Amino acid sequence: MVDPGALLEPLIPALRRYAYALLHDHAAADDLVQDTLERALSRWTSRRPDGELRAWLFAILRNLNIDAYRQARRRGAQVEVDEVDHSETATRQETALEARDVLAALDQLPEEQKSLLLLIGVEDFSYKEAARVLDVPIGTVMSRLSRARQRLRSVVENGPVALLRRVK
Amino acid sequence: MTGEDVPIDEDELQAFVDERLDGPRRDAVEAHLARHHELRERIAAERRQRASLRAQLQGKAAEPIPARLRIATIQAARRARLARRVSLIAAAAAIFVVGASAGWFANSLRSAQPVLTAQVPTTAIAQGAAAAYRTFVVEVAHPVEVGVAQETHLLQWLSKRLGHKLEAPDLAPFGYRLMGGRLLPGGSGAAAQLMYEDSAGKRLTLYVRAADGTETAFRFQQDGDAATFAWIDQGFGFAVTATASREELLPIAEAVYKGLTSKG
Repeated sequence: MVDPGALLEPLIPALRRYAYALLHDHAAADDLVQDTLERALSRWTSRRPDGELRAWLFAILRNLNIDAYRQARRRGAQVEVDEVDHSETATRQETALEARDVLAALDQLPEEQKSLLLLIGVEDFSYKEAARVLDVPIGTVMSRLSRARQRLRSVVENGPVALLRRVK
Repeated sequence: MTGEDVPIDEDELQAFVDERLDGPRRDAVEAHLARHHELRERIAAERRQRASLRAQLQGKAAEPIPARLRIATIQAARRARLARRVSLIAAAAAIFVVGASAGWFANSLRSAQPVLTAQVPTTAIAQGAAAAYRTFVVEVAHPVEVGVAQETHLLQWLSKRLGHKLEAPDLAPFGYRLMGGRLLPGGSGAAAQLMYEDSAGKRLTLYVRAADGTETAFRFQQDGDAATFAWIDQGFGFAVTATASREELLPIAEAVYKGLTSKG
C-alpha cells in the first residue's frame, strides 16, 4: 500500500491555510486540520482511489467545520455571535475599507460562499473539484461563485452594516 | 475584434476573474469589457479582491508543518490508541477463548492424542487465571461477587458449581487476607476465583476449575507484571496469581498446594 504520509503531507500547508481562512485562529485551525487528518487516516482504505485526494480531504475538513459550527450553535453560541458582530462591526468596516482586508470581509459571507472563494480563488481548485468538495453540481458552483463575488464586493465597498440590513 | 454581439455569459466572466480563459475567449471578454464601463469596473474589483485574498493568505501556506500535524505523529498516536483498545478486548476475550480451547483440548485428549497431556491443560489454567486476574484485580467497586463476610456461603456455592469441595487456604502467614470470590466461565464448565489482599492493597487470586489430568508439576507463567503458578491435581486445575516475583510467589503456591491436598 502507498504510504499515506507521502500523499497527505504535501497537502497539509493548503489545508492549514483553508482552515485558518475559515476560523481566523491559528491554533483552532490546526486543531481542525489534525481532526481532518485523523479522520482521513481512519478512512484511508475506503477512499476512492482515483486521485481525487485533495477534494476528498478538503471536503472532510469543511464538513468537520460545519458540524462543529452546528454544535456551537446548539450550545447557544448564537447569542454571543450576535453581540460580537454588533461591537465589531464598526472596526471591521473600517479595516475592510482602509486596508482592503478582504480576509475579514470574507467573514461576512455564508460558509458556502466563503468556501467557494477560498477553494477556487486561493487554492486554485478547478470548478469541478470545488463542486465535489461542496457536493453540488458544477452549474451550481458557477452561479454561487458569481453571487459570492458580488457579495464580497458589496462588503468591501459598503461595509458589513448595509449587507446585514439587506439580508434581514 | 468582432462586433458588439459576441455573447459573454456570467460563467465566462467568472472564469476571466480566475484567469482561466484561453487566448481567443480571453480576448473576447476583454473586448466586451472595453465597451462596458460599469462591468469593467466590477470585474476589475473582483480580480483585485481575489488577488488581495491570495496575498493575505500566502504566508500561511508557506509555514512549515507543525510537528503535531505530521502524518507520522498522527499515525503513532492512532496506533497507540488502537493497541490499547485491542489489549482491552484481548483481555476480555482471553477468558472465553482459553475456556473454549481448554474444553477442546480436553475432548481431544479423551479421544486420540495423549501426547499433549501434561503441558497444555496447565497452560490453559495459567492463562485463564492470568486473564481473570487482570480483569478483576483492578476492579475497585466490585472486586468480588460474594465477600468474605459470607465465607461459608461463598465456598458452598463455588464448591457446588465446580463440583469440587473448595476450601479457602489461609494465607495470613504471607500477609494475605481473603476478600471473597466469584464464579467465572472456565473450560466446559465453571471456574472459581478467590481473591486475597494484603495490608498494602496488593491482590492475589486463587483460580480453580475442572481440568483433565491427575497430577502435574507446577507451571510458572509471567504475564506482564502478573506471575502465575498453575498445576493440576486430581481432575482440577489450580492457579495462584499475584503481582510478585517467582521467588515470592513460589512458597505461597506450595502452601496452597499442600493446604488443599492435605485437606482433600
